[in-house]
Amino acid sequence: MAKKGGSKQKKMNARVDFTPMVDMIMLLVTFFMLCTTLLKPQTMEITMPSDKEDIKTENKSQVATDEAITIIIDKDNKIYYFMGKQSAPLVPFTETAYGKDGIRKVLLQKNIKAAEQALALKKEMEARYSSNPAVADANQKEYKERIQKIKNADGTPTVIIKPSDAATYNNLIDVLDEMQNCYIGKYVIDKVNASDSIMASEKGFTIMTTK
Amino acid sequence: MGRFQVKKQDTFIDMTPMSDVMVLLLTFFMLTATFTKEEPILVNVPGSVSEIKIPESNIMTIFVNPAGKVFMVMDSPDRQKMMAEELIAHNKLSLTAEELKAFSEAPTFGTPLADTKAWVKLDAQKRNKYLQESKAAGIPCKGTGEEREGDELKEWVLAARNTCGQDMRIAIKADKTTPYETIKEVMNSLRSIDESRYNLITTLKSGE
Repeated sequence: MAKKGGSKQKKMNARVDFTPMVDMIMLLVTFFMLCTTLLKPQTMEITMPSDKEDIKTENKSQVATDEAITIIIDKDNKIYYFMGKQSAPLVPFTETAYGKDGIRKVLLQKNIKAAEQALALKKEMEARYSSNPAVADANQKEYKERIQKIKNADGTPTVIIKPSDAATYNNLIDVLDEMQNCYIGKYVIDKVNASDSIMASEKGFTIMTTK
Repeated sequence: MGRFQVKKQDTFIDMTPMSDVMVLLLTFFMLTATFTKEEPILVNVPGSVSEIKIPESNIMTIFVNPAGKVFMVMDSPDRQKMMAEELIAHNKLSLTAEELKAFSEAPTFGTPLADTKAWVKLDAQKRNKYLQESKAAGIPCKGTGEEREGDELKEWVLAARNTCGQDMRIAIKADKTTPYETIKEVMNSLRSIDESRYNLITTLKSGE
């Protein structure tokens, strides 16, 4: 009798309890979330002129032109600029500010042709947007080449950035950023020299020099 | 009668969909993971609009903290070891094989060449503490005269360049508030050994 009842197959429960597995995976996910950096740091590529004499003289001749804009960065986030040669500036020594109403406005006005061309190029590239990676890559390459050409075309200004010893790194990066924002391809980092501070004092500003 | 019988509720919740989602999330994090490197020197990098990503390998990072002290690290222990071996070969550094191994695993280093031996002998935690607190920490990068006498940063970079080849990139990771005076010294030091191309590390700043 009992055997007969026992032969009836028991219905097995096919459900497996996943709770411990979920617990463990949760822990793993938390671990990975806390230990990873999703945001890769950005970088700015910069090329400084070499110490070699031949390059130095070439740079000097470039700097002497009227196309030059000199930006002087000083302590307490102060920023000044003048255009043209130091001996006979086209725009005299002026104080300005960081951001779009300050130095960017000045630079864009000076570089209006390149900025317009760059904007047109951006629009053109947006219109040609493709989800095909090969085409997108080719587009990206073409964009880079053409923007370089626009940035370094004749008639674009050369910017001389002169940070004083008391300026901060953040100030320098901000100014370098503006070069990118304003499509300026030619810029150098130089020292604030004594004649710059004489020029500043004539206008009633005191600036620090770079030793 | 049967109608009024309270049904026995099943408290078993099906966890399968949840574990599915979790496994997916886990896979995503595992595949995208780039582990945060231990950085004893805290630097708060400035934001910029530049969108170039930093290369993954063969990169030497120069840290500059707000006080203007300079530290360095290579992207892999092997390269760090090769660089130190190069300096030892030129009699600028003296470390035993054991110390060399400990040095290559340091997450950041930065002491005057003469103090390096003593620094490596400390245990890992004390080493970082030394870098953070000691007045003597930091690679000297102020040089005098034509040959930049006393500029040790130059020696380290030269050694790294000699061992890691021309493809090695140099990245400068400096704090926002670092005075330009220090940055200038680092740049001058690099310039004196003809390293004129390098990367400045920033974080992404949304355009104004």
